[in-house]
Amino acid sequence: MEYFIELLFSGLTRGSIYALIALGYTMVYGIIGLINFAHGEIYMIGAFTALVVSTALTIYGFPLLAVVVLTALAAAVWAASYGYTIERLAYRPLRSAPRLSPLISAIGMSIFLQNYVLLAQTSDFVPFPALVPEFAFMEPYAHIVGSSDMAILVVSALAMIILTCMIKYTRTGKAMRATAQDQKMALLVGINVDNVISITFITGSALAAIGGLLIASHIGQINFYIGFIAGIKAFTAAVLGGIGSIPGAVLGSFILGLTEAFATGYVSSDYEDVFAFSLLVLILIFKPAGLLGKATIEKV
Amino acid sequence: MLELRNIDTYYGNIQALHQIDLTVEAGEIITLIGANGAGKSTTLMSISGISPPRSGEIIFKGKPIHELPANKIVTLGISQVPEGRHIFPELTVAENLDMGAFLRNDKRGIADDLEYLYDLFPILRKRRNQPGGNLSGGEQQMLAISRALMAHPQLLLLDEPSMGLAPLVTKQIFEIIEKINREQNTTIFLVEQNANLALQIAHRGYVLENGRITMHDQADKLLANKDVQKAYLGI
Ligand SMILES: Nc1ncnc2c1ncn2[C@@H]1O[C@H](COP(=O)(O)OP(=O)(O)OP(=O)(O)O)[C@@H](O)[C@H]1O
Ligand SMILES: [Mg+2]
Repeated sequence: MEYFIELLFSGLTRGSIYALIALGYTMVYGIIGLINFAHGEIYMIGAFTALVVSTALTIYGFPLLAVVVLTALAAAVWAASYGYTIERLAYRPLRSAPRLSPLISAIGMSIFLQNYVLLAQTSDFVPFPALVPEFAFMEPYAHIVGSSDMAILVVSALAMIILTCMIKYTRTGKAMRATAQDQKMALLVGINVDNVISITFITGSALAAIGGLLIASHIGQINFYIGFIAGIKAFTAAVLGGIGSIPGAVLGSFILGLTEAFATGYVSSDYEDVFAFSLLVLILIFKPAGLLGKATIEKV
Repeated sequence: MLELRNIDTYYGNIQALHQIDLTVEAGEIITLIGANGAGKSTTLMSISGISPPRSGEIIFKGKPIHELPANKIVTLGISQVPEGRHIFPELTVAENLDMGAFLRNDKRGIADDLEYLYDLFPILRKRRNQPGGNLSGGEQQMLAISRALMAHPQLLLLDEPSMGLAPLVTKQIFEIIEKINREQNTTIFLVEQNANLALQIAHRGYVLENGRITMHDQADKLLANKDVQKAYLGI
């Protein structure tokens, strides 16, 4: 039983991280119908930014809490500026081009960013400091769920609640929903659609950066390639839940995270990916639009 | 109030509008009639800044607007009810109306306009918490018109409001259009395939054929015109 709970928490932790990344995929897809293949790299850049900033702040003797808060802020802002710039440079000029063009541009951006970080850093894993201390009150449960798992769960839950409120209640959120549902009409009621698209990239990138920071601190090392793996997994989760749907991305992420955790725990870690992708294939066969996605006819 | 001078609009290399000249006076209802594919919707989209003209000028209240982005044009007082209504399907009726007032900040004025529209279309008040996509065609048309009016426009562009509606519902909608013109003093630019109905409520009319204006006159004169009768009125 205890083992089950341990796996459960491990699955939820993975799911949270996937969700933080998957939200960016699904939001961008919802608004402009593009799979932003460079999104995983944004997550990786968030992690590297966190590494640089937290190291510097620690050297200057900032207290841990200040280091964590400032690092998260810096990683989110820096990654957001990448997300914003990528859209402006690589996608916006191609908005009225055939659908394949921005997709290829996205893959190009992904390769570019990976190699850019590879050259600027190194291909080896670099150690990442643990930003979450061992909380005293977590001590009795430490054999089931670590402090850093708990931090991941709490922070991502908060991020998702804030995002949901923003989309549901704010003026910007309403503009995002309207633009996702009918872009031409959004223009006709006076929404600045270009701004809405920029805000979508900024929001998705900031969330991914927070995910990057959390997982880097949890695992303790990063390299230029982490965005690719995590990106594919989160993308899988978004498709599983129904790409374009925000609750779908969260649901898909938790299903994927839990499946992986239980497959690893009860079968073998060798089968982690096999289970994850089998699940995806099954769902796509029986529910092609994903769990919460709308069945739409692809118009190409 | 609105003047189109020599408008040429293209889709890629295909020219949809040829040297359109057209004026709308403040307070009037004008109608643009024409067959399928004549370029009626394109004319409205050119005015709204969604398909801006490649050459020519569009002057609204003395200022050129043909180079402005769509949201600026809405701010100046031009709102459109596009062909096919384009209700935001997953937003509620109330949220759809709210989007119409997206560029306004005057809370009092917005609340007053909302009351006016709910009184004009009581069914919308009843359904205000339902998703817009669940409404019937006629209700969606009422919602689309109301959403455009929530911007408190001086000029309302209506693209085929009768499309797909039962005759009785169409009649109701047209009565409301006249009422808005009378009570709110909103200038109306009405695009219709149902030329007969449109010319009955309009003051003046333009006839569009293959992207060119071929005729314009007082509405009653067009109704009596033999060529118009034969081509558009089925007489
Ligand atoms: N997005 C587009 N891309 C290319 N061509 C277009 C586009 N929209 C319209 N056209 C073409 O421009 C011409 C004018 O179309 P428009 O929709 O303005 O006509 P309309 O008078 O509104 O017709 P209807 O009565 O069917 O609504 C048509 O030949 C049409 O095929
Ligand atoms: Mg049309």
